[in-house]
Amino acid sequence: MNRIKQKLSENKKLLSIYFTAGYPKLDDTVEILQQLEKSGVDMVEIGLPFSDPLADGPTIQASSQEALKNGMTTDLLFQQLKDVRKIVSIPLIIMGYFNPMLQFGVENFCKKCAEVSIDGLILPDLPLAEYEEHYAEIFKKHGLLNIFLITPQTSEERIRQIDNTSEGFIYMVSSASVTGSSDGFGKEQESYFERIASMKLNSPLIVGFGISDSKSFQQATKHTNGAIIGSAFIKMLSEKGFAGISSFIKSIR
Amino acid sequence: MANPNTTQYSILNTQYSILNTQYSILNTQNMNYNVNEKGYYGEFGGAYIPEMLYPNVEELRQNYLKVMAEESFQKEFHELLKDYVGRPTPLYFAKRLSEKYNTKIYLKREDLCHTGAHKVNNTIGQILMAKRLGKTRIIAETGAGQHGVATATVCALMGLECIVFMGDVDIKRQAPNVARMKMLGAKVVPATSGSKTLKDATNEAIRDWINNPVDTHYIIGSVVGPHPYPDMVARFQSVVSEEIKLQLNEKEGRENPDFVVACVGGGSNAAGAFYHYLETLEVGIIAVEAAGKGVDSGESAATSALGKVGIIHGSKTLLMQTADGQITEPHSISAGLDYPGVGPMHANLFASGRGEFISITDDEAMEAGLELCKLEGIIPAIESSHALAIFENRKFKKDDVIVVNLSGRGDKDLDTYIKYFNL
Ligand SMILES: Cc1ncc(COP(=O)(O)O)c(C=O)c1O
Repeated sequence: MNRIKQKLSENKKLLSIYFTAGYPKLDDTVEILQQLEKSGVDMVEIGLPFSDPLADGPTIQASSQEALKNGMTTDLLFQQLKDVRKIVSIPLIIMGYFNPMLQFGVENFCKKCAEVSIDGLILPDLPLAEYEEHYAEIFKKHGLLNIFLITPQTSEERIRQIDNTSEGFIYMVSSASVTGSSDGFGKEQESYFERIASMKLNSPLIVGFGISDSKSFQQATKHTNGAIIGSAFIKMLSEKGFAGISSFIKSIR
Repeated sequence: MANPNTTQYSILNTQYSILNTQYSILNTQNMNYNVNEKGYYGEFGGAYIPEMLYPNVEELRQNYLKVMAEESFQKEFHELLKDYVGRPTPLYFAKRLSEKYNTKIYLKREDLCHTGAHKVNNTIGQILMAKRLGKTRIIAETGAGQHGVATATVCALMGLECIVFMGDVDIKRQAPNVARMKMLGAKVVPATSGSKTLKDATNEAIRDWINNPVDTHYIIGSVVGPHPYPDMVARFQSVVSEEIKLQLNEKEGRENPDFVVACVGGGSNAAGAFYHYLETLEVGIIAVEAAGKGVDSGESAATSALGKVGIIHGSKTLLMQTADGQITEPHSISAGLDYPGVGPMHANLFASGRGEFISITDDEAMEAGLELCKLEGIIPAIESSHALAIFENRKFKKDDVIVVNLSGRGDKDLDTYIKYFNL
């Protein structure tokens, strides 16, 4: 069974962390993964940096730029992850933009993912229709779950459509925003979380964007299956390094 | 001698031609080089956008043709093009330039449009679209500032809030246009991410649209971005070739030149000049890109020569990138051509062989710009100078009729001209 599905069946509020591969230092990837698992994180999104991250706010833009400057590439990420399964067993997802994957070759990219035991992919700018028409077969052949996003503006009809295509979970973008806004969640988000939960979708829901602390984690997961923290984790990492990981994770739950 | 009244009537005709003639902007028959119903030009185009943008882009996709077909839209669009922009722009026979290169060269005078370039044809169309979609806040990206000025202008005209994203580097390079935008009431927001130029300004505009999905319309400045933008912008700019047909007929007794020539940054002025000739194969299409310091110099913006298929700003097209799929920074002396991609229509014209692509260096463009000043008394934008520069190397027959789209005037480039020629 795919590790993501397994983890989702555990019936707890999942805490997932996003970080950018190659940041702060080029070779930090595996060390960060190991520390995250040790601290009790349930799942990780490994960000493959891109020069033009359209859906990201300043923090992830900066970490991506820094990672590229450090020399991060698609090839190198797969090399770094070669033996990761000897030490890390939580589900691992690669999150990135579609262009680097396209240049690597979609088939080749998926094959490499399978080789290093990646469980799923999040590609914000690969649209549903394109995926279904051209790539779904390839993803499936290599055992990869493709995770789709929904937002407060996504129509009910489209949410149903996405639900039918989704296999792992649905990534619920918390608000109309790029990553890293941390104004906290108000009434508007609360009713959005409730509204989607009440749709009784087949797919579990994991909330991302704008979750930065214990309070926002609680709010995001009240009606859903878990939440993803990205920018706040990267900020912490810039300030405190590896030493801060464990206490950061403990502060969330 | 053409009857001066004919021009008058042809303007009126355009109101209806857009709906009724074979050149209709709503025509979708027999299109090998135009967009298909899925938003692709051959293998290029589509809408590779994050889900956050899906509702906005989908709203536009579902409505743009319907809105453009409304009689009230057509009427308002064409009245503004006529009375506010100053259309039709002249098709001018450049006698001395023609003598020098021993061929027949016509200049389509988009430089005479209000605000100084073709960009305003698109912003007029899009602001009317935005109003009909009930949007109250307008955002735009700009490189040289021409599109920013054209957007700020129509926002002032319509009394809508206007925010223009501009690379920090470009803000410093293009101070007069920044001042113009401010005078017109726009807020200019510096893009400080990435390389701080046009591609980053575009990223920032897209991020703003993600953050403001309900009340905001994004006026993209060229035939780039996710479907339906390339098609919508091309249709608004298609007035250029619509007029060329009528005007050339008056002057030469034929609608079709042997060649149409235009510079390509994102490709909107070129799309406008080519539009009604795309399927007329006897008309040669020549797209001119910026080679910068030379195609192989590492400082170039010649996308067709250097690009590979990829995704930029929501469109599958040719773009300059590393082997690893990171988008690279282009170089051109003209900020308007300083873009690492090209619209999907042009990628398809290149890949299919329908278009002839020529790249022109900074130096060649500057010389051609100065030559037009001396021979014809017209100071061109440096972007447009690239199109003019092809005559040095690309030979034409004596009786070839060539239309060059003179996309803009050189006022905004005076600083660059002064520095380059030590004026
Ligand atoms: C005068 C002029 N010509 C051409 C361009 C390039 O844009 P496009 O290729 O979309 O026509 C610009 C862009 O700023 C411009 O100002």
